Amino acid sequence: MLLAETTPYAFTWNLVADVREMWSFPFMVNAFRAGAIVAVVAGAVGWFMVLRRQTFAGHTLSVVAFPGAALATLIGVSTAVGYLGACLLAAVVIAGLRESGRSGVAVESAATGTVQAFALACGFLFVTLYKGMLGGPQALLFGTFLGITTGQVALLTVVGAVVLTLLAAFGRPLLFASSDREVAAARGVPVRALGAGFLLLLGAATAEASQITGSLLVFALLVVPAATAQVLTARPVLGLALTVLLGLAACWLGLIAAFYQPYPLGFFVTTFAFAGYVLAQLTRAVRGAVGRVALPTGATS
Amino acid sequence: MTAQPIEQAAVPAPAHAGAPVLQLTGAAVRVGGRTLWSGVDLTIGAGEFTAVLGPNGVGKSTLLKTLLGAAPTAAGEIRAPGRTEIGYLPQRRTFDAGVRIRGIDVVRLGLDGHRWGLPVPFLNRARRRAERRRIDEAIESTGATGYAHRPIGECSGGEQQRLLLAQALVTRPRLLLLDEPLDSLDLPNQSAVAALLGRICREDGVAVVMVAHDVNPILHHLDRVVYLAEGRAVTGPPREVITSETLTRLYGAPVEVLRTTDGRLVVVGMPDECRSGGPCC
Ligand SMILES: Nc1ncnc2c1ncn2[C@@H]1O[C@H](COP(=O)(O)OP(=O)(O)OP(=O)(O)O)[C@@H](O)[C@H]1O
Ligand SMILES: [Mg+2]
Repeated sequence: MLLAETTPYAFTWNLVADVREMWSFPFMVNAFRAGAIVAVVAGAVGWFMVLRRQTFAGHTLSVVAFPGAALATLIGVSTAVGYLGACLLAAVVIAGLRESGRSGVAVESAATGTVQAFALACGFLFVTLYKGMLGGPQALLFGTFLGITTGQVALLTVVGAVVLTLLAAFGRPLLFASSDREVAAARGVPVRALGAGFLLLLGAATAEASQITGSLLVFALLVVPAATAQVLTARPVLGLALTVLLGLAACWLGLIAAFYQPYPLGFFVTTFAFAGYVLAQLTRAVRGAVGRVALPTGATS
Repeated sequence: MTAQPIEQAAVPAPAHAGAPVLQLTGAAVRVGGRTLWSGVDLTIGAGEFTAVLGPNGVGKSTLLKTLLGAAPTAAGEIRAPGRTEIGYLPQRRTFDAGVRIRGIDVVRLGLDGHRWGLPVPFLNRARRRAERRRIDEAIESTGATGYAHRPIGECSGGEQQRLLLAQALVTRPRLLLLDEPLDSLDLPNQSAVAALLGRICREDGVAVVMVAHDVNPILHHLDRVVYLAEGRAVTGPPREVITSETLTRLYGAPVEVLRTTDGRLVVVGMPDECRSGGPCC
């Protein structure tokens, strides 16, 4: 499954030439396009997810993405459709669980864990049933940049555009409901409906990210950039912008590295994202040692 | 058993002195199949400061939620302003250290958090500047300027409380519903915030309804006290309600109100939970 085994291209540090070389392959152009869309969508949705502390819901959705894609492969449908169908369905289920829950806060229940385990098992079954799957379940679990078709890019674009439009439309009330539920409800913000709607967006974003990172490494694009941005700043708009940029950087750098090195894409994307997070924490620690004065969350505005 | 619809009074901000901002007639509330209180009558006009007192669990917070329209009444009638005209501060709300949102953002959400869509940059400049000024004013009035730009999770409980008070004030509401706003403030800040609320009440004609456990910091700003106990309420000026006779009648057990030389009220011999509360109510 590794491209470098078949294409002995070497990274030259002449970035223009390197990029031109990569983009001479249509599948690489598609991979970069898909990566950009996915990084932006997953970053923006992930920022809200981290703020709302719904990482567990995100994790559940990403695990459910695997059997969805495996089933899609088995019955001969595009994996993108499989990811999307499974994630949206799971989002509806989780939203339903939440609604029936008492205060609608955490869904960290044994039931969700049980469903997760069953979902993974189903995915394994589907993969086993489909003997001819290229490279086994690895691509579905840990991501690949091979074989992203123009049709898939189009689907990613449409879904991504819908997600971002909705997020722009109800982002501010969502921020209010996420940070200050009771007062938001008192001001007439429909906090429950927003919570359910957000889970659907999270499902769509998870499905998109699965396309690049595989279902198990979705957090590289969904959580890590947002967590990094929230370490660096407490300003909502700046934080969102930073999240998207960090996700984009990790994704594209990962693609470049995976093109030239014989190691998998998911590993590189995760590593770049993680390196950013470690750097951010170090920066904060150093700043904290130097003094509170320079915090970017401080004085200026 | 049907909930009374809350009248969405469309009265413009400067309420005329005559019309009451808030009216409760024979109101009763049931929570979980249990009647918390019933037969509560209350009329509050613009610029009046009302305290809601009573022991733990008697339904003070529920009263505020009822006035807000967030909890239904089991009987009686409520007339209250619409939600956009009410500033609300719920009880004991803290942001833990992980919350990476600045205090000023929390205050701003109080002003525009319910609006859909994104603010378009370079559009409506004047309005945005006015909003910005309002936010700064609200933060300054509660003395929270020094830490408004820090992540709110890193602020102390009292600092958070003042930022949240600024959030409740930022819309310049006609009615302020405050649930133990002096909770977790030190004594100088309790009197500072009490003085601020008194000033907002008098100068801007805002009706303030405030739940408190210690009436003393707000005593000389108060127009009216609602004392909830034993499923009933006594309403009136503080000097009439917080007396040995009234409270004894309300509780049906001997309660004594002492007045210290500096004018503070101390309630002693109260039955049930509230005994531990020091200078409670
Ligand atoms: N959602 C609910 N479901 C069931 N019971 C409730 C609910 N909310 C409040 N109660 C009950 O209603 C009673 C009144 O609650 P409330 O919060 O109004 O008390 P309070 O007077 O504000 O008390 P405190 O001084 O402790 O804040 C309590 O006994 C509480 O257990
Ligand atoms: Mg209460």
